[in-house]
Amino acid sequence: MYSIWDNFFGGSYPIWYLTLDHIGLCVIPILVGFFVSIPLGYLASRSRGARSVLISVFSILYTLPSIVLFVVVPVTLGLAILDPTNVIVALSIYAVAIMVRSSADAFSSVSADVRESARAVGYSPAQRFFQVELPLAGPVLLAGMRIVSVSTVSLATVGVFIGIPSLGLLFTDAFNRQIPLEAVTGIVAVLILALIFDVILSTIARILLPWNRRESRRRAARTASKAVVM
Amino acid sequence: MSLIVQGFLWIFVPAHWTTSATSAGIGNALAQHLALSGLSLLVAGVIALPLGLYIGHTGKGRGVAIVSSNIARAIPTLGLLSILLLYLPDVPFLPSGYTPDIVVFALLAIPPLLAGSYAGLEAIDRQTIDAARAIGMTEWQILTKVEIPLGIALIIGGIRSSSLQIVATVTIAPLFTQITLGTFIADGLAQADYVKVVAGAILVAALALIIDGLFAIVQRFVVPRGVSRRPTKEKSTTARGTALAAKTGTPIQEGN
Repeated sequence: MYSIWDNFFGGSYPIWYLTLDHIGLCVIPILVGFFVSIPLGYLASRSRGARSVLISVFSILYTLPSIVLFVVVPVTLGLAILDPTNVIVALSIYAVAIMVRSSADAFSSVSADVRESARAVGYSPAQRFFQVELPLAGPVLLAGMRIVSVSTVSLATVGVFIGIPSLGLLFTDAFNRQIPLEAVTGIVAVLILALIFDVILSTIARILLPWNRRESRRRAARTASKAVVM
Repeated sequence: MSLIVQGFLWIFVPAHWTTSATSAGIGNALAQHLALSGLSLLVAGVIALPLGLYIGHTGKGRGVAIVSSNIARAIPTLGLLSILLLYLPDVPFLPSGYTPDIVVFALLAIPPLLAGSYAGLEAIDRQTIDAARAIGMTEWQILTKVEIPLGIALIIGGIRSSSLQIVATVTIAPLFTQITLGTFIADGLAQADYVKVVAGAILVAALALIIDGLFAIVQRFVVPRGVSRRPTKEKSTTARGTALAAKTGTPIQEGN
């Protein structure tokens, strides 16, 4: 009989340590997804040409199954195939691929009148970006980041296919040893982790975007439903 | 880099295409990959397309669809697969282990199919549907002659992203039981034969890109001429609004 208590810190697949491994795989890709896609998305929102190039490059990357990236990344970067960095790089590519589109939409959603007004009252381009456009794009960026964090947490389990430890190990072990409860434990752990990441994101957003009113939230919800279609 | 070249060369060795005593052949793996993907897409389509069209036509149940899609996105496929493999019995006429695989892959494909079909219908200008109703079309005629032709691009878009999801996930099925293109990656890793691993990855990538390309072509051809034709200048603002709504999948609030 599988016992969660016995396997929390002990056993061959301790849940707690696998959770830490899992977090270690997810945090960097989520951060990269945010910080890399903001300049790219801004560029895409300013120029039609940049937009079509960026969107098509990243949609091709997004088309590739995760396994392909897990294998191609080490070959291209010259890393060992069993290095967890491969999964981190691959998940980062996915995160950026999802987020570039959201961030382009976020910056496009800032009205031209507002941008012009900022320039008219004497904001420099950098001031305008950090004090006007970025805060106004915030809600849509948040919606994109929530999708990025949920899918990254779920996708990290696939790393077990190439032998990178994560909560996904509970699934393969559950199958090999015929213990359904262990797989259920793994799923619940992944869901809890996704929920925690989501709460952290929303909390950060609530602190940084205190003016986030109903209208902008509705706009954010629209972007979220669009990502489902994507 | 040379590993990638070697991977390509590995694929073109005829002996690797036939199944031998020691390893699966590319032909067999590809056939199983396509069979599993196709059956899963079929099952998902039979469930999700009518449901999505119903939601899009009536506007009922949209919230439920969105929430359940979001939950489905968070559930790791591998976990679900390992549980169902332990519980679900085999169905006659299908190879062993196919049933749980198909159930899981179909579940995975349902959210994009649903979203594509209801968003496709919701993006249509309400006035067009009101006009169809006003000239005496029945609800069924409105659905089949107005809504589906106008929303077909997004509906196919939903089928496109769900197929890609399935093809990508079928790749990890060898972790448990099936032989698919992912088998070469799994076997290669087990044997420390990295050329084989890369060859498997190339095969999977090629399959995904070909399927995506085919759907992109289909998507271009199924759109009725009246919809895809370039709008004239004075109409262009509304056309852009519709295109934007078609992308974002939100209904246009016009009329009653």
